[in-house]
Amino acid sequence: MTLIDTRTPEPKRLIPGATGDWEVIIGMEVHAQVVSQSKLFSGASTAFGGAPNDHVSLVDAAMPGMLPVINAECVRQAVRTGLGLKAQINLKSVFDRKNYFYPDLPQGYQISQFKQPIVGEGIVTVAVGPDKQGNFESIEVGVERLHLEQDAGKSMHDQHPTMSYVDLNRSGVALMEIVSKPDMRSSDEAKAYLTKLRSILRYLGTCDGNMDEGSMRADVNVSVRRPGEPFGTRCEIKNVNSIRFVGQAIEYEARRQIAILEDGGSIDQETRLFDPGKGETRSMRSKEEAHDYRYFPDPDLLPLEFTQAFVDELAADLPELPDEKKARFMAMGLSEYDASILVSERAIADYFEKVADGRDGKAAANWVINDLLGALNKAGKGIDETPVSPAQLGAVIDLIKDGTISGKIAKDLFEIVWNEGGDPKAIVEDRGMKQVTDTGAIETAVDEVIAANPDKVEQVKAKPTMAGWFVGQVMKATGGKANPQAVQALVKAKLGIEE
Amino acid sequence: MSVDLDTVKRVARLARIAVTEEDVSALTGKLNSILGFVEHLDEVDVSGVEPMTSVIPMEMKKRIDEVTDGGKAADIVANAPATEDNFFLVPKVVE
Repeated sequence: MTLIDTRTPEPKRLIPGATGDWEVIIGMEVHAQVVSQSKLFSGASTAFGGAPNDHVSLVDAAMPGMLPVINAECVRQAVRTGLGLKAQINLKSVFDRKNYFYPDLPQGYQISQFKQPIVGEGIVTVAVGPDKQGNFESIEVGVERLHLEQDAGKSMHDQHPTMSYVDLNRSGVALMEIVSKPDMRSSDEAKAYLTKLRSILRYLGTCDGNMDEGSMRADVNVSVRRPGEPFGTRCEIKNVNSIRFVGQAIEYEARRQIAILEDGGSIDQETRLFDPGKGETRSMRSKEEAHDYRYFPDPDLLPLEFTQAFVDELAADLPELPDEKKARFMAMGLSEYDASILVSERAIADYFEKVADGRDGKAAANWVINDLLGALNKAGKGIDETPVSPAQLGAVIDLIKDGTISGKIAKDLFEIVWNEGGDPKAIVEDRGMKQVTDTGAIETAVDEVIAANPDKVEQVKAKPTMAGWFVGQVMKATGGKANPQAVQALVKAKLGIEE
Repeated sequence: MSVDLDTVKRVARLARIAVTEEDVSALTGKLNSILGFVEHLDEVDVSGVEPMTSVIPMEMKKRIDEVTDGGKAADIVANAPATEDNFFLVPKVVE
């Protein structure tokens, strides 16, 4: 692949070295496990966990005479993902054998796609930020290709002093390898790209994106250069399994390379591992010889072919993706910041839309983001575990809107619904939380406060802003249930303060 | 096309086939005679001809996505020289 530089160096992204500024260049290969019941070429289960070698067919164990038969759902999922990445879909693609020896690879080759992948070039639009002013920067990261391939088995090295344990449950599970172009220029951009990619895959339902279960792993290519110069030699950091670690690995690796170059050294192209405990990358013991995978078309498999009509049908059924959803939310009057948070997870967006249905979008967004997500975050819960349903939160907002409760009481009401559940409207009735709009009752409270504080009444004549103190006292006396606007108007009238 | 001694050694190593020094030169001769035989195919002009992937024109067969296999761990490891709890045991490999 020819590397094309699509970006202009910008001072804010550069890393200062001892002898001047450096620019970091990042590309990523993401392995995403396809959501399917059975494996790419066999009928064994893809379920996570399972007893050793229980989800293994004779095909996955590479027993002699076994033949691979492709899973139509995996093809469908790869095409849908390609469409979500706005990528070229190849109606004809070819499976190749990538040959190497390792104990968790019983075939002695991985069935992958080399020269003719199922999906070609695409684009991911990434919002990087927000910065301190709350602004996002939109960058485009090119997708070089997406291809289907088999996962390998799993080796465990810590069970025995001289032996490794091999479990083939993962062997043959379908992966999509999504290769980006070297279009990222900072660890923040790389993290934002991976976050966005995961969000697209989750919206599509083509990969669950659970990095801690290994359903999504990233190989990160990092190189540095002086701004404006050609690309430098890159190192590949293998199998990074969290978005945070991707950021840490890039920061460490870029500085390691800069230190070597500034000392007059040169970078060896090599594969490195990230050690999350130490926060550093280290060289994998260098291979005795360079990898030579001797790719060739797999003679067990015919070319993978489908029609444009098949692709069009999948395109028509694609769900609304984060970018479109965000644009729609912004059209409802939400800020880019709010819209970005709401579309970050499909479940959050769905929740918000239920709350916003027939209500003010901005108010719904504020409640979902500040109150609901805030409380979920504090409780360490996900949106799928929320104790407050969209209908309940909607009812709280309705009660403010129709003047039944004040915004302040609404916060208390939310907390009650969060802790105890129940119908917000009934709770307000039962616990006497209704806002007092009855001017007579408010007037009595105002009169009492004025009568009890003659000294303050004197002061307020000289300093009209003191009126706020009276409003506060009245609110306190009424347990926060008085309508604040009504209190303010009455206080000012009684004290003879001009509006 | 022909191969030299180093290429034969390298290919043997990539295929994890142990080849002694004495065997290498004999193998090189044999491989080169096979390659020479295959080279006859170069006499045919195939420009503009798509590579043939199947003798009869047919589409790749596809499976529907359902679990139809597995649950036979004992069979899977039956031939393994060393096992424990249905894991394969192999000499320690660690990077």
